[in-house]
Amino acid sequence: MNRQLGRVAAVVLVLFGALFVNLNVITLLQADELANHPANRRVIIREYAIERGPIVVGEQAIARSVRTEEGQYRYLRTYPEPELYAHLTGYYSIVLQRSGLERALNEELTGRTTEVVAQNLGELLGGTQRPGNAVELTIEPRVQQAARDALSGRQGAVVVLDPTTGAVLASYANPTFDPNPLSSHDTAVINEAWAPLRDAADRPLVDRARGELYPPGSAFKVLVTAAALEAGSEPSRTFPNERTFDVPQTTQDISNAGDTRCGEGDEATLQTAFARSCNTVFARLGVELGDEALAAQAEAFGFNRSPPLELPVAASSIPAEQDVPSTAQSAIGQRDVRATVLQMAMVAATVSNGGQLLRPHLVQTVRAPDGEILRGPDIGRWAGPPGDGRPISPRTAQQLRSLMIDAVSGPGATGSRAAISGIEVGGKTGTAQTAPGAPSVAWFIGFAGDGVAVAVAVPDADGSGGAIAAPIARQVMVAAAGE
Amino acid sequence: MTASSVVTGDGPRATEARLLVAAVLVTSAAGILLGWSRSSELPPAAMVTGLALAAIAIVAHLTVRATAPDADPVLLPIAFLLNGLGLVFVQRVDIATGSELAAAQAVWTAVSVGAFCALLLFIREVWVLGRLQYTFGLLTILLLLFPLVPGLSAGVINGARLWVDLFGMRFQPGELAKLTMVVFLAAYLERNRALLSVATQRVGPVLLPAPRHLAPLLAATGTALVIMVGLRDLGSALLFFGAFLTMLYVATGRPAYPALGLLAFGLGAVVAYQLFSHVEVRVSIWLDPWTDVSGSAYQLAQSLFALGTGGLTGTGLGFGRPQDVPFSATDAIFVVIGEELGLLGATAVLLLYLAMAMRGLKIAQTARDEFATLLATGLTVLIAFQTFVIVGGLTRLVPLTGITLPFVSYGGSSLLSNYLLVALLLRISDESRAAALGRPTSAQRRKRARG
Repeated sequence: MNRQLGRVAAVVLVLFGALFVNLNVITLLQADELANHPANRRVIIREYAIERGPIVVGEQAIARSVRTEEGQYRYLRTYPEPELYAHLTGYYSIVLQRSGLERALNEELTGRTTEVVAQNLGELLGGTQRPGNAVELTIEPRVQQAARDALSGRQGAVVVLDPTTGAVLASYANPTFDPNPLSSHDTAVINEAWAPLRDAADRPLVDRARGELYPPGSAFKVLVTAAALEAGSEPSRTFPNERTFDVPQTTQDISNAGDTRCGEGDEATLQTAFARSCNTVFARLGVELGDEALAAQAEAFGFNRSPPLELPVAASSIPAEQDVPSTAQSAIGQRDVRATVLQMAMVAATVSNGGQLLRPHLVQTVRAPDGEILRGPDIGRWAGPPGDGRPISPRTAQQLRSLMIDAVSGPGATGSRAAISGIEVGGKTGTAQTAPGAPSVAWFIGFAGDGVAVAVAVPDADGSGGAIAAPIARQVMVAAAGE
Repeated sequence: MTASSVVTGDGPRATEARLLVAAVLVTSAAGILLGWSRSSELPPAAMVTGLALAAIAIVAHLTVRATAPDADPVLLPIAFLLNGLGLVFVQRVDIATGSELAAAQAVWTAVSVGAFCALLLFIREVWVLGRLQYTFGLLTILLLLFPLVPGLSAGVINGARLWVDLFGMRFQPGELAKLTMVVFLAAYLERNRALLSVATQRVGPVLLPAPRHLAPLLAATGTALVIMVGLRDLGSALLFFGAFLTMLYVATGRPAYPALGLLAFGLGAVVAYQLFSHVEVRVSIWLDPWTDVSGSAYQLAQSLFALGTGGLTGTGLGFGRPQDVPFSATDAIFVVIGEELGLLGATAVLLLYLAMAMRGLKIAQTARDEFATLLATGLTVLIAFQTFVIVGGLTRLVPLTGITLPFVSYGGSSLLSNYLLVALLLRISDESRAAALGRPTSAQRRKRARG
């Protein structure tokens, strides 16, 4: 029986050999993947054992970690002003993982990269645990609160930029949500809060300031005007004053709001057309400039790209090529033109600062626990391609600035309700149709003085941009400019 | 014989004594490390455990010295080391999960070593067991049916009905049934070896012996398998079948038996896959554990996470997360070792089993008669296959079936059966070596002493 026993021994050796090989594959080749697998609770427990740095606005922490003594997770993430800042902070959840800045700045907040979190067990056990870094935002709490107050529960978004730096002074969107239950250590609490948020028809988890695209309507005329001025037109250039513009190649003509003419006289200047937001003039101008010029100007302002904010931003869009009827529609911000509120605020900021497209940013500083500043704000022009971050010349910017001031305080101005006494306010309204008979998107983009640029969008509005969005913008600009 | 000559002398018993000292030292060191992972002060419990283990080791060693002086010197120390590591890791799981299993496991260790000594004391010659072949066959069936007896049954635990409550202790008779089954098979095969080796019936291209010679074997094994599949103890069924095929092959020298057996197993597996949803689930988890990580594949995924986290050197004793792995004290204890001691520790443990298996097959090879050879073979492959099935299952080499890791997993019946298994191997090796050296066997010496 020796021969058989030898074979049995060989089989046993082969079986154990397979065990050894397999064990080596798991513990050596697949080790990193397994150790950092999202479903491997060890990763999150180690991460939660770190005192995550706070997210600070003004002097106040809007997200901070609080030590808990119960359960397996050592620190609980809390949000003292949950709904005001939810779209910025996001949540920090054992079930849903992370969102918002909690996700985008995770390495800064934990003070180390994910790999180091998973591997620095010795640090964890040795009690030499270094807390994460504090992230201070550019947000002005007063302006942020004003944005929320001004919207007064309406769906929509407000973005305020410092045109001189690109710093985001406020970014608020309705509806919002409470990240506290989502960041709970109790799975049941998380799930109970998550289900209604996920299923709600008004999608409260979507940040309408940067994650939603709206037709910009007449607010897009700022870009059309910029293209015209860059091409050599002057604000005093005249156009036929007509009730309807007969769009070539189609029977669908374009008329002005309220089916009116563009002010008095047989001819209307560009300046008048801008202040009164005359569709007939801009449709004609758009067709004259052509689809490629419109797209090129919009792209120079940042369309068809994602702005380099610390948070993900949807790319505003304009087709590179369109037929003539579509081009006419696009020139009044309809058809296939779509923009985020943040993008339109960047357009206003560029006009305000003399023609520089600056990178929008939320982070003012990243500060180590000992106070050392690890990183400052990311200030600079947002260079292309396309363009070098100068979408318009200083001269064009100056002309546009005057046109926008006229559109707020000139005769027949659509944006008159944004005017603030004692402060130079400029702007452009927009009332974009989404579908015939459906509610429109009310817009106002503009600036106050030299230090505030703003964009407001209210979808599902029961009125025009001048009636609905301009007063909201005014309230926010008062808060931002009234230092 | 002085105390020091026990360890320093020549011969198998001195070797065994040295290895046992090493096993006790390693176990105690592991216990101390585990204590240090919780506090910087040395817990007195670790010392007590170390001393208790040393005492148990001395009793076991002296018993072997008295009753099986020529027995293999390596098996007992390996078993003892695995048992000791098991105690440390059961304690480790207790710390993590708040369970209190370590004390019970310590009591079971004492009971099991007691049974080990008793077997060596009372069974001086292996062939005595061979005479009782049908008794053992019947015993196997009874043991397997035991958990179904009303009043004794502990009910369905973890989806299987395998336990009985006896004298306030929970016991799994199926563990003992593995031993009795192997004894029966060894005896039966030894007697019918010649008949089974002669092929008279042609089935396709394969020659098989007459059905009447094969029938009792197939009946007994088939019954056992059916009971175990019925009890949903797939792991044990697999083990039985593996041991059966191996012994049949060694007895007859006909590779057709394992070949046909594997074919039958393959067909059975396909049928089981079609018929039983739990088999289908096991297989689909095995093929793809990552789509349902938090559901059906939870245990396998957690096992792999633990091993992956452990990496080469492990997190260190006491620094893993056994609480994340289901059944971490029983079926999955190997991944707790893998996480905390790393690939190196896990490999060391596997090497202990491999050494045990090779040693067991060596004993089978040198055994005095064919019954002893077959018995040693069956006992050895039980340990080897059981280790393969559970470690392979936890590492996704084969579908995972719940079964204990011999000597290490928490579980009294398993520990008891495995110590009895080692005692039988020691008895066989003692007989053959004594005979080879021309010395009187343990039984002869006892007779002489009486006479």
